[in-house]
Amino acid sequence: MGDQLIFTYIVDGDDFTRAGEASSSVKNKLKMLGVDSDVIRKVAIAMYEGEINMVIHADGGTITVSVSDDDITMVLSDSGPGIPDIEKAMQEGYSTAKEEVRSLGFGAGMGLPNMKRFTDEMNIDTVIGQGTTITMKVYL
Amino acid sequence: MTIGEIQRVLDAQFLYGEELSDLDADFVFSADMMSDVLAYGEKCSILMTGLCNSQVVRTAEMLDIVCIIFVRGKMPDANMLSLAMSKGIAILATKHFMFTACGILYEHGLRGGA
Repeated sequence: MGDQLIFTYIVDGDDFTRAGEASSSVKNKLKMLGVDSDVIRKVAIAMYEGEINMVIHADGGTITVSVSDDDITMVLSDSGPGIPDIEKAMQEGYSTAKEEVRSLGFGAGMGLPNMKRFTDEMNIDTVIGQGTTITMKVYL
Repeated sequence: MTIGEIQRVLDAQFLYGEELSDLDADFVFSADMMSDVLAYGEKCSILMTGLCNSQVVRTAEMLDIVCIIFVRGKMPDANMLSLAMSKGIAILATKHFMFTACGILYEHGLRGGA
């Protein structure tokens, strides 16, 4: 593939119906680049969960996706409230989402575990009151 | 089982994608929580749900699902249909409840994907 490709998206925190547009765009771009379909699905699922989390918890944020010869790296940054207990947040079923979010089909405490499940590397950097940056890699 | 056969046995209505009737499907995932679908629905090509919002279509898109079946008479709005059309995802609506719809498809040889 040669040089590294970088895509950047601003995720709107106000509109739940538009959540997923960035992930959809990345999915299409990776298809056009001829990336393996299993890899695309992993990237799409992990990024989509992250994008939904940004809208639900952090009023939006920024996502940068870079494609190299070795991996696809997603960096999701927000200026939200931060994650007080990462260990708890990584447990399946643990959620701080409000009831209205659950009624929309999310907030079941599967977001972060799903992101870890579908990526080869995941790192969470969070500061209470300042925001969270999640870096995920899927190997090619 | 093809999407067309599924439509017939569920007495469902095609809201979009009649031209996709001949597509074959073996595995179905049924849930109202989209995070569960994302976690466990990886090998499924059909999503059955009673949840009705645009994130259902987005979830299906991420998993390369070819057909969404809305149960309990749920009807997607124009925005959802237009999103499904742009992604080439067939949309069926049946009045059956989830349990019954699952039972009918199971009887006809379809299986859960997780």
